[in-house]
Amino acid sequence: MGSLFRSEEMCLAQLFLQSEAAYSCVAELGELGLVQFRDLNPDVNAFQRKFVNEVRRCDEMERKLRFLEKEIHRAEISILDTGENPDAPAPREMIDLEACFEKLENEMKEVNTNQEALKRNFLELTELKHILRKTQNFFDEAGFHHQQMHDADREEESHTLLGDEGPRIGQAMRLGFVAGVIQRERIPAFEQMLWRVCRGNVFLRQTEIETPLEDPSTNDQVHKSVFIIFFQGDQLKTRVKKICEGFRATLYPCPETQAERREMAIGVMTRIEDLQAVLGQTEEHRQRVLSSAAKNVRVWFIKVGKLKAIYHTLNLFNLDVTQKCLIAECWCPVQDLDKIQMALRRGTERSGSSVPSILNRMDTTEAPPTFNKTNKFTEVFQGIVDAYGVANYREVNPAPYAIITFPFLFSVMFGDLGHGFIMFLFGLWMVLFEKKLIKLAQDDIFGMFYGGRYIIMLMGLFSMYSGFIYNDIFSKSLNIFGSAWNVSKMEWYNTTKFPPNEPMKTILDQDGLLQLDAAKCYRGTPYPFGIDPIWQISDNKLNFLNSLKMKISIIFGISQMTLGIVLSLFNHSYFKNRLNIYCEFVPQLIFLMSIFGYLVLMIFIKWFAFDAVSGKIAPSLINTLIDMFMFQAPQLKLYGGQVGIQSLLVIIAVITVPWMLFVKPFILRNEHNKRFQLAIKYRDVRMLRNGGLGDETAEVMHHDELQRQDSASSEDMMDQQTRSEPEFDFAEIFTHQAIHTIEFVLGCISHTASYLRLWALSLAHAELSEVLWDMVLGIGLTMENGFGFAIIWAGFAVWAVISVAVLIIMEGLSAFLHTLRLHWVEFQSKFFIGEGYAFKPFTFEFDTSREME
Amino acid sequence: MASTALIVIIVTAFWGVIGIILPFVVPKRPDRGIIQTMLVLTAVCCYSFWMCTFIMQLNPLFGPVLHTDVIKAIQWEWDGVDS
Repeated sequence: MGSLFRSEEMCLAQLFLQSEAAYSCVAELGELGLVQFRDLNPDVNAFQRKFVNEVRRCDEMERKLRFLEKEIHRAEISILDTGENPDAPAPREMIDLEACFEKLENEMKEVNTNQEALKRNFLELTELKHILRKTQNFFDEAGFHHQQMHDADREEESHTLLGDEGPRIGQAMRLGFVAGVIQRERIPAFEQMLWRVCRGNVFLRQTEIETPLEDPSTNDQVHKSVFIIFFQGDQLKTRVKKICEGFRATLYPCPETQAERREMAIGVMTRIEDLQAVLGQTEEHRQRVLSSAAKNVRVWFIKVGKLKAIYHTLNLFNLDVTQKCLIAECWCPVQDLDKIQMALRRGTERSGSSVPSILNRMDTTEAPPTFNKTNKFTEVFQGIVDAYGVANYREVNPAPYAIITFPFLFSVMFGDLGHGFIMFLFGLWMVLFEKKLIKLAQDDIFGMFYGGRYIIMLMGLFSMYSGFIYNDIFSKSLNIFGSAWNVSKMEWYNTTKFPPNEPMKTILDQDGLLQLDAAKCYRGTPYPFGIDPIWQISDNKLNFLNSLKMKISIIFGISQMTLGIVLSLFNHSYFKNRLNIYCEFVPQLIFLMSIFGYLVLMIFIKWFAFDAVSGKIAPSLINTLIDMFMFQAPQLKLYGGQVGIQSLLVIIAVITVPWMLFVKPFILRNEHNKRFQLAIKYRDVRMLRNGGLGDETAEVMHHDELQRQDSASSEDMMDQQTRSEPEFDFAEIFTHQAIHTIEFVLGCISHTASYLRLWALSLAHAELSEVLWDMVLGIGLTMENGFGFAIIWAGFAVWAVISVAVLIIMEGLSAFLHTLRLHWVEFQSKFFIGEGYAFKPFTFEFDTSREME
Repeated sequence: MASTALIVIIVTAFWGVIGIILPFVVPKRPDRGIIQTMLVLTAVCCYSFWMCTFIMQLNPLFGPVLHTDVIKAIQWEWDGVDS
């Protein structure tokens, strides 16, 4: 892993691969993951590319594998995952794999069809069994009804039902019937339809089947009912049958006599038993096939994935005229060229080809991709920077500074020893158990936390440090070194509430607020590390803390912005942009320092120069700053000669604005005019010599005279000028510069104020923490009777849950977001352009770590 | 005053070791630059954080306002005064 200071140097390379060796070489390069191939056939349709057949075959194999996987899941067999990463298979292996998958797929399909047919059979037999059982009741009932009807009307059309037990009364007009099974939900509609269509001349009886039956195609459990319909005549019969068809009721031939039905039932039972045995065996066979497949499915997926990726990549290559050689163009880091050569050599050897593969560096004017070599620690910080915008090629990378400044600014906003410790433990747990947790990390939310485990750990660590400095652990302060304030040194308190010279004992016995005199009670040496613990228990804590935190925010803000401007210097000097150094970097730095650097200086002066005794005449820094801009003498002096120095600084700052605004566009215009004049002069000379206007641009490019006058750079500029920059638009450049200047000047002020969010969030966190303690745990702790024990016990649960959910997670996310904004806008706007594109190497890595779809 | 100087020297020395001396001692590995940057930045940030807090409390312009109960508690707990 290289230094992250700048992105890696990249070069465009041409690869000449022999056709047989191409596959293995690409496989090796995929394992290496260091080259990004360019598409050399962008205007070729996907279906017309050279290796489209192979890709199609791979797709087919993937489809078969997915089918197998689905079957395995359906059978609830677990897929073996050994974590091994097989190499890309050789091309001849592809045919074997294809055959194997084909065989497996066919076998599975056959087994499935057979099983379905068997199940359908089974279902029919089961339904028949139920019918045979239930229809007995129907026939009895119908006989009874028929008897009633016969008794009632005694008409000729009395019909008797067939059945040995039912009495034969009168003439029998044969009643037809159909018996079948229908889904329970359809019965009401079925009845209604029958009634309407047959005009009430049919007779339906139905009863439910208690156990649900399995539908063979969908494998769902369905509730069905047995029904029997009695009718007279053939017309009704056809109508009834059609309606049954419409409602997808299955009809079964039901014998009319009881004895026949009993025989049939016995036959059906035996057939059901046989079928069950066969079904069992089919299922066993299916499980066996799937288990043996499940052992290899993952490896196969990876192999086929790699195969497909290689052929996709091969499709990007160009075929040489001799048809024997493939040409590829790729971006690769210059540092790793020898690794790539070795990979190519390995690939050529593996394929058994004798012709070596050639890598040839090319020069190009195209912008290369931005490649930053990261390891598992730095990749999250690089990711944060890239989320805003990928850096330009070889631009200074903000990521290495963000490794520390990000957690640090977070901690300024989050500073609490207790909460920071919990966050640190969380991050540490994820880091120590990286390998085991990576399986869990496929989930979205935990995956995000897992991806940021290093940053969470660092944020927790720095928060512990800033919690130490703010002397805040779950809103309480620690008194480790002894407070710098001695309460007993006050002999009397000069307040309006108590008469002067009252002995302290009596004063203290009364209720009230007393202020310690800084001149007497302060021992002269501050609390060694952090904020004095006495402030936590004092009433005017916020007066002191606000002042401290605001000043710290400004100091850190100005420092980070200065760092940003200094980084822009590195950018300018790397890209050999001397004009920018003098016209942008220098005035920017002077502007920032003369106003805001001076503010920081004033903060320090005020801290050193004034103490408790002279504190009454200490000037307010804000008023001083305002007076500075209005060229007024400040009411309270900070140091001698202040007015003169401040006026000078303001004038310098004001001068830098037109410096930033005007100098660069005018210099650029002058340079352009000079070049243009030169071009015209030499074109005229050529004209005179050749007696006519030739190809002007060509003439200008192939001049020899210029070479002796200027260095090659001006020749390049000339070429670029006439080739790529046809015109020089002064208005556009001036507008661009104006925007840049205004953005910087106004940005300085607004960004400085924006850093005050460090104070605001830290205050909010501290106050939330204190309120939570006082309102939840404080009640129990300050109770005087034994009931307080129960309150503490219950209150701790509430306090802990709210601490974690609100103070750590919510506040943590909030501070994270604000730190992100500070980095992206306030810090990076000083030097970062971020219009590059990321380096996307051809790699197999994602294949092995992805979960199977 | 002596103890002020002592405190300043100790803390400055601590962060000075981390920020100035350790970067030279980092073994030669590809990410040496990153580790050096991290050490220096940590030292600078943490030291300046401590320093600002320390300097601000060096010459306090006003004192804490305490409740009388709190004063009595302080005398009892911190100063060991029986009352």
